[in-house]
Amino acid sequence: MGKKMQIALTVNGEAHELLAEPRELLIYVLRERLNLTGPHAGCETSHCGACTIEMNGKSVKSCTVFAAQANGATITTIEGLGSPDNLSVLQQSFREHHGLQCGYCTPGMITRAHRLLQENPDPTEEEVRFGISGNLCRCTGYQNIVKSILAAAATINGAKEAAE
Amino acid sequence: MIAAAFEYHRPADLKGALGVLAEYGDDARVLAGGHSLIPMMKLRMASVDHLVDLQDIAELKGIRVANGRVTIGAMTTQHEMIASTDLSKAAPIMAEAAVQIADPQVRYMGTVGGNVANGDPGNDMPGLMQCLDASFTLVGSDGTREVAARDFYQSAYVTSREDGEILTQISFAAPTGGYAYEKQKRKIGDYATAACAVQLTKAGGKVTSAAVAMTNLADTPIFSAAAGAALVGTTGDAAAVKAAVTAAVAAINPTGDNRGPAEFKRHIAGIIIGRAITRALSRA
Repeated sequence: MGKKMQIALTVNGEAHELLAEPRELLIYVLRERLNLTGPHAGCETSHCGACTIEMNGKSVKSCTVFAAQANGATITTIEGLGSPDNLSVLQQSFREHHGLQCGYCTPGMITRAHRLLQENPDPTEEEVRFGISGNLCRCTGYQNIVKSILAAAATINGAKEAAE
Repeated sequence: MIAAAFEYHRPADLKGALGVLAEYGDDARVLAGGHSLIPMMKLRMASVDHLVDLQDIAELKGIRVANGRVTIGAMTTQHEMIASTDLSKAAPIMAEAAVQIADPQVRYMGTVGGNVANGDPGNDMPGLMQCLDASFTLVGSDGTREVAARDFYQSAYVTSREDGEILTQISFAAPTGGYAYEKQKRKIGDYATAACAVQLTKAGGKVTSAAVAMTNLADTPIFSAAAGAALVGTTGDAAAVKAAVTAAVAAINPTGDNRGPAEFKRHIAGIIIGRAITRALSRA
């Protein structure tokens, strides 16, 4: 056993302090210590993107981050983007456009898509496909995922225009 | 997959990082973005007793373009290089190559310093650095030295960086003329089956300089002076491109793996090198 260290995280707006070994992976800190089971440990080899979270404004695969590296970080998981009673525009869009089948990749997909739309609010289909290329889905063939993200962008941009 | 236990260090400045390296010698390793080292540690193919995380060291970050020279701090991420308009103006080949590395999430974490210092023949930046004739700055407790990218790589994962040294920045003269980075890969996120960086200039209808370097076609990146020489003085006609491709392919030494047998890689390399030269010529 390695020595434990104090780790401070702000996750979905809430401050947490915990003791962890430096080598613990961030995905397990989130899932097993903070009970945030939205991010999934899919491949655990930084390929599939099911563990995608947002850390300090970046889309990150939390299976490839040591707990120690995350000390001091600000993190958003799918739980921080919306809730069953208050779905985010992206979540609503995935629901309406059948952007998921088994749902395993969905938290990572939506968390990644959230950051993508922050950086590129009006992406082309090609930009969406390239932007989510670090997230694998084995059910949908991606068609409806891309459709969901494009529709969410249109909804967000339409609401912005209406507000202006 | 859980890495073996290690002691974690997060120094605030370069001096602190060098101090940890001096204290623990080859039991210590620096951590940049971690997307090569952490997978190796999880597989227990790399064992590190003291992990020195460089994330807080501000002096290792940032892109500067001044007096015709581009300097990029080692901890600058691929994502930051792609987003930098200064860099895209001064050396558009950097973003063209960087967007072909791994996937978006990895590019938010992966750094130029990690990419060049790791010595993985699959990494894209080493070949590109050789094409640009870049210089690497290595800082150790004994001082600072510069090593040319073309002299840095000895074999797979073996470079001229000493254990107590940290690669702090890369720099190169802002290139002019035409450029291209071409990469053949099986899927997004894969390393190259073959990749090639070309930077060349033309004047009065003739090629006046040309640099050609290749990725993942030997146990180090390969810079082919002969390929460049085959282009210089020509109009960049089909015969000259063919001669350059022949020279470049003669310099590689691919080995068969799950991306295909060596013969296949030679074939792909020829196509990729030809495409890179042709596209660079069209932009010159």
